[in-house]
Amino acid sequence: MIEPDEAWPEISFADRMATTEFNVHERPHIVVDGKACADCSTKACIVACPADLFVPTSDGGILFNYEQCFECGTCYLVCNTEGAITWSYPEGGFGVVFRSS
Amino acid sequence: MADTDFDVVVVGAGPAGSCAAIEAARGGLRTLLLERGPYPGSKNMYGGVVYPRILDELIPQWWTDVPIQRWVTRRSTMVLTETKAVSIDFRNDAWAAPPYNGATAFRPDFDRWLADHAVAAGATLLCNTTVTGLLHDSSRRSAGRVTGVRTDRPDGDLTASVVIACDGVNSFIAKEAGLYGTPKAKNFTLGVKETISLPKEVIDERFGVRDREGVDIEIIGCTGGVNGGGFVYTNLDTIAVGVVLKLTALAAQKTRPEDIIAGMKRHSAIAPLVEGGQLNEYSAHLIPEAGLSMMPGMTGDGLLIAGDAAALCLAAGIWLEGVNFAMASGMYAGRTVIEAIGNGDVSQRGLGGYARRLGDTFVLRDHRKLRRAPELVLSDRVQHLYPSMVTGIVERMFRVDNPAAKPGLRRIVQEERKRAGVHVHDLISDGRNAFRSFG
Repeated sequence: MIEPDEAWPEISFADRMATTEFNVHERPHIVVDGKACADCSTKACIVACPADLFVPTSDGGILFNYEQCFECGTCYLVCNTEGAITWSYPEGGFGVVFRSS
Repeated sequence: MADTDFDVVVVGAGPAGSCAAIEAARGGLRTLLLERGPYPGSKNMYGGVVYPRILDELIPQWWTDVPIQRWVTRRSTMVLTETKAVSIDFRNDAWAAPPYNGATAFRPDFDRWLADHAVAAGATLLCNTTVTGLLHDSSRRSAGRVTGVRTDRPDGDLTASVVIACDGVNSFIAKEAGLYGTPKAKNFTLGVKETISLPKEVIDERFGVRDREGVDIEIIGCTGGVNGGGFVYTNLDTIAVGVVLKLTALAAQKTRPEDIIAGMKRHSAIAPLVEGGQLNEYSAHLIPEAGLSMMPGMTGDGLLIAGDAAALCLAAGIWLEGVNFAMASGMYAGRTVIEAIGNGDVSQRGLGGYARRLGDTFVLRDHRKLRRAPELVLSDRVQHLYPSMVTGIVERMFRVDNPAAKPGLRRIVQEERKRAGVHVHDLISDGRNAFRSFG
């Protein structure tokens, strides 16, 4: 194995996400009921969301930010807490805009 | 049927939707193609290769203007353990000339080009429009029949004789129509990808290609403890590096997707190909991985489902295809709608030609033949034990252990199988399974 800093500089997650274009709408297309998450033992969304949008809070809940969402659907599929995630698509023309995918 | 806004509304201007719209518009139908993104392809991402031969039926000589990155002339399958790699590398000069085999492409380019063909055929393309639900007939004669879509535009209801749902892997339409039961995480994989800028001559040199020739490398054993696979492929002056991860396995451990990519990029067989360069775009998308076993019903009254929305994605290890299945299913959906409207029957029964067309062609024949393959490829043994066994066998074959004499191949296989922890009966049963699928 080659150490990462020998081969190339790893970029920060914020810089990584900054390479993708998002046209953010003021209305969140995904709503997370952070209170429902408090009872969840797995919190699989935290590790699985490719955009790292699910952040654990100190009181055991979840903080969610929809703005840099890939609209992939991973979160609602791995979620096992009924009603915790309300998922829809952003308004037409908004959300992620891929260019070289 | 002139009391509707359109004869057919196609939801989603990806490869399925655009092919449906091309066919329907050419059949003289008033065709609307809806896209929720600002342009076709803006929401789409994939693992790299389009196999466009099905387009021979829709766009003769499609290769003269299709916006591809490179024609794939080298196809490698790589098996990795932490410090070893075995590759099967195939090259074919013929794939650099018409009619070609596969091509790498940016989906925003490819999907936009295909939608342009739908517009040229007479379809109306409406972007920036999200479908929010289905409209249903409330009359007693055909209660429940789909009669159009709701959109997020002001006064956004649009009526049509038939709706073709090409709304992708999360298809809200198939779910709303009751054709898709509760989706299960185990049927899906997450694809994450880095598009990395490198000078074309660097790419040509590293991958051993020239001009528009390209390389597609599919990799197993590179995703840490998470069942899945990886890929590296060449665009013109970018390369794409990514992994595909089984959702349930990803959710059950602690390493994040971008760290799994980073781990693969550090492997000594991958690092020299991908290092340097600048991240151009990071992307992610779900894949309907489980094939036949997860497919929804594809026909309702006034409704057809095509492409990823119908789980028509072939994830069978040595074959990883989706765009071609989307294009074909969309085309057959369009053809079926022309026939059904011509016969004045757009009920589920009247649209029965769709299932027949899918069943008679590669779309379902490939999926039926390979129905066991997705599960086998993502199984724990194929993922975690066989790479160690295979690389171990190859190492022993090539290792010169003088003064010891060369062991026979049978002894090597036996010893490496044991060392890797593979049981004979599992190997036989997986082998039989693989033979039934691939044989």
